[in-house]
Amino acid sequence: MSAVKAEAAVPPAPRATALGRFFDNKNVLGVVFVAPAVLILLALLTYPFFLGIYLSLTDAIIGRGGHFVGLANYTGLLGDPLFRLVTFNTFLYTTVACTCKLILGLALAIVLNREFMGKRFIRAIVLLPYIVPTVLSAISFWWIYDPTFGIISYTLRHLGLIGHNIDFLGDPGLARGALIAANVWRGVPFYAIGLLAGLQTVPGSLYEAAAIDGAGGWSVFRHITMPLLRPLTVVITMFSVIQTFADFQLPWVITRGGPNNATHLYGTLAFQRAIQGSHLGEGAAVAMAIFPVLLLTVIVSFKNLRRED
Amino acid sequence: MRRSPARLAARTATFYLPLGAFLVFLLFPFYWMLVTAFKPNADLYNPRLSPFWTWHPTLDHVRFLFTQSHYPAWLWNTTWVAVASTLISVTVSLLAAYAIQRLRFPGSGGLGIAIFLTYLVPPIILFIPLADIVFHLRLFDSLWALTITYPTFLIPFCTWLLMGYFKSIPREMEESARIDGASWLGVVWRIILPLSLPGIFSSTIFAFTLSWNEYLYALVFITSPERLTVPVGSIIELVTGDVYHWGPLMAAALVGSIPVALVYSFFVEHYVSALSGALKD
Repeated sequence: MSAVKAEAAVPPAPRATALGRFFDNKNVLGVVFVAPAVLILLALLTYPFFLGIYLSLTDAIIGRGGHFVGLANYTGLLGDPLFRLVTFNTFLYTTVACTCKLILGLALAIVLNREFMGKRFIRAIVLLPYIVPTVLSAISFWWIYDPTFGIISYTLRHLGLIGHNIDFLGDPGLARGALIAANVWRGVPFYAIGLLAGLQTVPGSLYEAAAIDGAGGWSVFRHITMPLLRPLTVVITMFSVIQTFADFQLPWVITRGGPNNATHLYGTLAFQRAIQGSHLGEGAAVAMAIFPVLLLTVIVSFKNLRRED
Repeated sequence: MRRSPARLAARTATFYLPLGAFLVFLLFPFYWMLVTAFKPNADLYNPRLSPFWTWHPTLDHVRFLFTQSHYPAWLWNTTWVAVASTLISVTVSLLAAYAIQRLRFPGSGGLGIAIFLTYLVPPIILFIPLADIVFHLRLFDSLWALTITYPTFLIPFCTWLLMGYFKSIPREMEESARIDGASWLGVVWRIILPLSLPGIFSSTIFAFTLSWNEYLYALVFITSPERLTVPVGSIIELVTGDVYHWGPLMAAALVGSIPVALVYSFFVEHYVSALSGALKD
């Protein structure tokens, strides 16, 4: 086999030319190969990132470069009661939604880790909420929460639990809950499939050893499953926290930030100020507010992972 | 003995009931989409009828979508942008991932980490400066604005995913080919490319679904109704003032979800293993 290969490769013609030899250098080829990706990311990710920081220090509006105003946008935001409310909303949304997603995702992963008929099929359809365009499923939630024709109100009314329809998106507390529910719905499959992959790597011999030692279900979970699952849980949660904290689609489609700004998040506020209000500078400052949390999340999760090694 | 009633009861309580509850929770919005999309308006807005079912399914809403709205154009635009940005991203990522994972030139390790970090930057931090850039490039309200900006979130993800695949290809295969006199380009073309096909498949599916689902950039960079994408157009055009055209809206959501669901169903095993693999590394 290798003799045939060697024979086929005997004529070294392609490598003889100077150009051919140049491109056969590992370092040259490496640089040539990464260049397109690096150039695209530098031009459309790194540069915009710093441009964003710069814009947040100006009074730019759409189509006109602004003047440097120092930290005026940031100090303005700190004194803005709406920004403070939005900060509260964003932290509340992220904390509650990510906690629910982690608990439900772990529960679903444990259920899916059992052996049963049609496991592959169930595992596939369970991922659907995560696959389908968020905005399109948000439309479905919008309609589920509709004050007149909403299906939850209808069901509760027919069960005799409530007398009148509930206006889920009209009450600040309910709207927050409704939005979090939609976020949890979308995120649970991601946690579940990720954690399921982790569960499947736990060696069966560990469980057998624990069973011989007479360890109960909870004790096995607490002392074997959880420690082994921790690094993966940290990574999944980090992704989810970043995405939830910077969420835009769900609040924008389902509540538009209302009622009374109860579901206004950093994402929706940045969009409103920069695009609808055309104050790019102010919007960029709002968007930059996300960055410290992004950085902190990454640092905390990397620290967590390193301790594990 | 295995099928004793007590065991069955236990299995029901700890397995069937939770699984059933999860399935209802996760799938109900799709069922609701499906029923509403095919329900005639007379049934849709009649509070006395049970909303869970319809005895008079109709294609009116789908027909409305394809004849009275820009939906066909949105479908085309979304497909075009998704295919173009996926092609660009997968090609570019394939080269980059191979170079970082295998060629190991000076600085490749740091570059790998840098690309991973760029994946964590959410679009909400970038959309304002990108709007400024798109405006200055005179690409505002053009599909090219999306085609060039989508790779910013596709490339980091695909590169990362493909790096994982390259890690799993044994080095000996490359080395023996090198000894046999193959050039690096030859190694990539004849050995690496065929072996990494599953990885290329998965990153293509991921990239396609991610671009199909994108909302923020399309909302900000495109303004003409006939140039919108499915997610943006559906929300803008099918809600007129305070009137929500629920039937067409649900039909739009359903039809817009089908391409992604189809792509996904063909490659579901790849998708699941890629998602799990990408997380584990």
